[in-house]
Amino acid sequence: MAQRRLTYIQAVNEALRQEMRRDPSIILMGEDIAGGAGREEQGIVDAWGGPFGVTKGLIQEFGAERVRDTPISEMGFIGAAVGAAMTGLRPVVELIFSDFLGVALDQIMNQAAKMRYLLAGEVKVPLVIRTTFGASLTGSQYLGGGTGPQHSQALYAPLVHIPGLKCIAPSNAYHAKGLYAAAIRDDNPVVIFDHKLLYPQHVPVPEEAYTLPIGRAEVRREGRDVTLVGISRMVDVCLEAASALAQEGIQAEVIDLLSLSPLDEEAVLGSLARTKRLVIVDESYPRCSVAGDIAALAADKGFDFLDAPVKTVTSPHAHIPYSSALEELYLPNAARVVAVVKEVMGKE
Amino acid sequence: MGVTVDKATLLRLYEKMVLIRAFEERFRQEMEAGRLVAYGHLYSGQEAVAVGVCAHLGPQDYTAITYRGHGVAIARGLDTKAMMAEIYGRATGTNRGRGGSMHIADFRHGILGANVVVGATIPLAAGAALSAQLLKTGGVAVAFFGDGAVNQGVFHEGLNLAAVWKLPLLLVCENNLYAQSTPVDYATSVERLVDRAAAYSMPGLVADGQDVFSVYQVAGEAISRLRAGEGPIFLECPTYRFSGHYVGDNTLRYRSREEEAYHRERDCLRRFRERVVADGSLLSQELEALDGRGQALLDEAVRFAEGSPPPPPEEIARDLYAS
Repeated sequence: MAQRRLTYIQAVNEALRQEMRRDPSIILMGEDIAGGAGREEQGIVDAWGGPFGVTKGLIQEFGAERVRDTPISEMGFIGAAVGAAMTGLRPVVELIFSDFLGVALDQIMNQAAKMRYLLAGEVKVPLVIRTTFGASLTGSQYLGGGTGPQHSQALYAPLVHIPGLKCIAPSNAYHAKGLYAAAIRDDNPVVIFDHKLLYPQHVPVPEEAYTLPIGRAEVRREGRDVTLVGISRMVDVCLEAASALAQEGIQAEVIDLLSLSPLDEEAVLGSLARTKRLVIVDESYPRCSVAGDIAALAADKGFDFLDAPVKTVTSPHAHIPYSSALEELYLPNAARVVAVVKEVMGKE
Repeated sequence: MGVTVDKATLLRLYEKMVLIRAFEERFRQEMEAGRLVAYGHLYSGQEAVAVGVCAHLGPQDYTAITYRGHGVAIARGLDTKAMMAEIYGRATGTNRGRGGSMHIADFRHGILGANVVVGATIPLAAGAALSAQLLKTGGVAVAFFGDGAVNQGVFHEGLNLAAVWKLPLLLVCENNLYAQSTPVDYATSVERLVDRAAAYSMPGLVADGQDVFSVYQVAGEAISRLRAGEGPIFLECPTYRFSGHYVGDNTLRYRSREEEAYHRERDCLRRFRERVVADGSLLSQELEALDGRGQALLDEAVRFAEGSPPPPPEEIARDLYAS
């Protein structure tokens, strides 16, 4: 029988539904996650189902108490989610774009992350914050451009920086479903970064509920010549680059990082020990970034393995432009990865 | 105030207030004598607020408190030995030496952390109120904050959220007239802070924050209404901190001697003593016994703190995550 395929959106929706059926203390909160505020008297129960449709249909099954539209008050409802998580609920909140991190940062950085530590280990904060990131590349299909500098940023690095949080970035529907379930069952604050361009993509996804371990990277393609580490959509870029490189006799290993915090150091260093070369592909800004962090890890703990300098392929240290002409130039792509790999292979 | 309070409650209110004052003054003395180097914010002068509100709370209720939080911590039943040990940075402290004076809290007593971020208590307590509402625990949540918080964005978001969701949340504004050194009338657009409640269509009440009878009565009524499901209530308690923003702050740089003298005359402890002795509800000896007990507990607390070990090195990355 052909395996069932789901889009990333459908996979997350299914994970939320299965987990909410399993555990009545799970609630969802966010802006327009039902849409129309679930006003049943008007017959509008699910106008949007989330800005991207991820939570569509959940209010019909679980009701407006558990699927709660919020005012546009990120610090208010994310702060409330922290308090609720400490006192018996397991909230899953949506921050529509990671660009809005700035308005709720205190709730995440000082409240969610520090409560257990400050309260001497006496409290758990089982909170999931889901957010989206990434350039939208609409310009590659249409005229115009993407979503610009306040709707496109990949802002995981500021949260990876903070102890007490876990940060994950699934790369496809299969990983999203398992990591979402794991995040919801985790007794710690977990921030999930969904890449907007992955939402419509589909892969085979099992129907039954399952979890994937947070903190574990995955080797998506084996190779002996160079290690490519990708984050979220950049894994696809790495895989595309690896196929092109194989045509030229270069065998690239592709690691899907999946978990940004904790970082699976063993997976990165283990691969580096085999390939001796490392290229990290991250669409985020290059300064104080996850890419830079992994490069530092290689310099610190993997130096003796290295046969070539560690390289990163990132955006420039500049804001994400709207115009498709600039946005495409801005983002890492397979051609850039191939060029950098050839450089570290000494085959320019 | 015509409220009648039974004798056991009167003794309990006084015992807590006097213990808070003793704790704060002992903290200051240890600092001034050079036996302790710490950073902290004293609650002396505001005791009536913490004690009057918390007298109505039980184990199903939550409080979110501020860096000026020793008062509520004691009112909620925290052990003064562990509190003092926290200020001394010892392993036996309430927070295992991780937070110090500003963060003294104990979740086992329903405290959702002591926050140094002004206004941050409000959404945290709103979240606990949401849990109480959805899980039908019968509990309420109380957010404590100062006059400075009413100008923070998080205050406005939190009040609106609590109002639209009708959360069982009491918002206790301890208006001690100064946000650090900045006078409330300079910094705030409304003449009375309680007027902010109207913007969120919630009841706004005022109690005299230097009179425990007033706070006890008004907070008691408010909390009964919360338990009845009436939605959030804003309670402003005008009060005064007798010392600076922090231990070592010279208040005369921004407050007059006359103003300070006026508020010292209105000291909640002094007014309590005068009232209960005058109306015969308590004897001077009963009050003095509690004064003495407070001092004895603080002697014991300082001895305990000084004799406690520092946190061991393996504590440095403990309790970052639940396993």
